[in-house]
Amino acid sequence: MIAIACAVAFGGIMAAMLLNVFRLVAGPDVLDRVLALDTLVINAIALIVVVGIWYSTAMYFEAALLFAMVGFLSTAAFCKFLLRGNVIE
Amino acid sequence: MTFIGELIVSVLILTGTFFLLVGSIGLAKLPDIMRRLHGPTKSTTLGIGATLIGSMLYFAFIGGGLSLHEVLITLFLFLTAPVSAYMIAKAHILRSGSTQASLPATGRKTGWATFHRPVPTGKPAHRDPGTSGKAT
Repeated sequence: MIAIACAVAFGGIMAAMLLNVFRLVAGPDVLDRVLALDTLVINAIALIVVVGIWYSTAMYFEAALLFAMVGFLSTAAFCKFLLRGNVIE
Repeated sequence: MTFIGELIVSVLILTGTFFLLVGSIGLAKLPDIMRRLHGPTKSTTLGIGATLIGSMLYFAFIGGGLSLHEVLITLFLFLTAPVSAYMIAKAHILRSGSTQASLPATGRKTGWATFHRPVPTGKPAHRDPGTSGKAT
């Protein structure tokens, strides 16, 4: 049952990532693209976790944690750049 | 692994997938960025939280002991999602002239924190209030 749930979750998260890629390409403003990239990173974390359950291995958590940190830092740095003109003042 | 455990983990994974999909549909479909912010910041955070709790219960059920990696990721995401949404909204207010024109008055001595100094002091400002960025 968990394998079926993981397969369904895999398909659903892939559809969500496709929608995010659509917003990433079509976003009229640069902030739409930043938001789409942030959501894409969150969906990638969910995909890594689901694959970790599917393969029944605990090896992927460090990758998920690194994705979470890098995604938040890139979003914060990009917004800071748009707000102030540079990242580190 | 018992049937009840499998059922709980599967329901948590599918709930998380549903909310991730709802958040991404909201991101792709809503018309304005201030409305688009609602999908990723609320629904997607709930979805990733449910998925990570399902993963934690799965690895607890198969006998690996209760691991705290997932709680770490969940806490990190729950802390950082409001911060990134706040920063995106603030940058949008700074960049969009029509949004600035529709801002209500604050009712205090200073204006909105994006444009004005928070506390008026007697000293000359490091940067003139209201002239930060391209907003003026």
